[in-house]
Amino acid sequence: MLETLLEAFPTLALLAWEPPGWGANLVRGLGNSIQIALGAYALGLVIGTAGAFGKLHGGPVTRDLLAVYTTVVRAVPELVLILILYFAVTDLVNQGLVAMGYARVQISGVVAGIAVLGVVQGAYSIEVIRGAILAVPTGQLEAARAMGMPPLKAAWRITLPLMLSNAIPGLANLWLIATKDTALLAIVGFAELTLQTRQAASSTKAFMTFFLAAGVLYLLVTLISGVAFGRIEKWARRGQRDGGAGS
Amino acid sequence: MKAQAEQTDPAAAAAQPEAIRIEELHKSFGSLEVLKGVNLTARQGDVVAIIGGSGSGKSTMLRCINFLETPTSGRIVIGGEEVALRPDGSPANRKQIEHLRQSLGMVFQQFNLWSHKTVLENLIEVPVHVLSIPKARAIERAKALLDRVGLAEKADTYPAFMSGGQQQRAAIARALAIEPRAMLFDEPTSALDPELVGEVLGVIRDLAAEGRTMILVTHEMKFAREVASHVIYLHNGQVEEEGPPETLFGNPQSERLQQFLKTVG
Repeated sequence: MLETLLEAFPTLALLAWEPPGWGANLVRGLGNSIQIALGAYALGLVIGTAGAFGKLHGGPVTRDLLAVYTTVVRAVPELVLILILYFAVTDLVNQGLVAMGYARVQISGVVAGIAVLGVVQGAYSIEVIRGAILAVPTGQLEAARAMGMPPLKAAWRITLPLMLSNAIPGLANLWLIATKDTALLAIVGFAELTLQTRQAASSTKAFMTFFLAAGVLYLLVTLISGVAFGRIEKWARRGQRDGGAGS
Repeated sequence: MKAQAEQTDPAAAAAQPEAIRIEELHKSFGSLEVLKGVNLTARQGDVVAIIGGSGSGKSTMLRCINFLETPTSGRIVIGGEEVALRPDGSPANRKQIEHLRQSLGMVFQQFNLWSHKTVLENLIEVPVHVLSIPKARAIERAKALLDRVGLAEKADTYPAFMSGGQQQRAAIARALAIEPRAMLFDEPTSALDPELVGEVLGVIRDLAAEGRTMILVTHEMKFAREVASHVIYLHNGQVEEEGPPETLFGNPQSERLQQFLKTVG
């Protein structure tokens, strides 16, 4: 079976794990992509949750600043943002360090990638989570307040779990976007899946093979994510009559 | 019903310490003045029923007691402790409000049980996570309360899978779980199908009979007459008439109340 396949498509051998195969490179690239996506997604969720509460309950200054953030970040193409944040911000940090008499630092690709995509993710998360919080029936929070639950505790124990079921579909989308936005980091030379694929493809000229392989890997990530989010959503919907865990 | 007869005896009532007092309470929403200086005194063991047409301000009055609505001005004294208010009527001390709220069990028209928690989890939420009562003890208490309201077998059910009457009984048990000094009921049966009203009123009646301090906003006139020790009729944000239920329902003085009682039957 494998042999017939290899005979028909000899370039498949290039996907082997060991050199001259490039399989290990692709998988390493995938690992980098997922690492960045996870980090950026987590950062985005933190920014998103804090930002959503800030937009809903913050003072006028907080709200204005957050409005600027979400508007600008969502208006500018991700690729441009990545270039700005990666080059300009690294430069700024280093200029600052030099001015204060420190040596320049090389910012690691992973950290920069997580920071850049996290800021982008955060802007979208804020809106998803803000909408989800607004969809929580007011009586739920009122019941907590009426029994003397302090605001932060009520946010954590009542509002957050309840908004989660509203937010999951939007947040699942954001996760998939995060996994694919990692490909944009190829432009700043970060060795994620797309860059690894391009290198493999241009070294071997087996473009079809490698880009299809990369496509399959991205698809696998999406499929597995779908299953995972399905479970999370089911859990988040516990207690709801439609699709939640019953009695 | 003998227990209430004792409560309505003025001499016995006066001997009881004061539980809740509202003085000259005003509340405006924008330019709309909903409460125009209302007063209320509930002594321990009193069951005060607030009645009135829709828009009369009765729910707002109740919600001002635990500051779910911020009064525009006035005084609120709970258990002898006056709530410190800023000049604009808003509470000056959040901790004080939280502390007072922990002594007032609130029951809502829409039940407002937390939908992501089972009935038992609803009952132990505030005792365990706010009042720091050991979980095992909170569960034990919660089960006893559920048993009392006839929901012992529903402990592990999510609210959405119960009838409105069951949800409201669970909500009453949840309010009792914080061992409140007084209970506040905001139209507890208004969202219920007619055939479910009785079971909820039954639970409230039992609470009245055991001498609990309660303030009850209700449309159930017969019920108010039966359980209340004192009835307040609100009209347009003012107390139009008040007194013992026999007088208020049996011999209403003001034309408005006579009219109101006629329309609600």
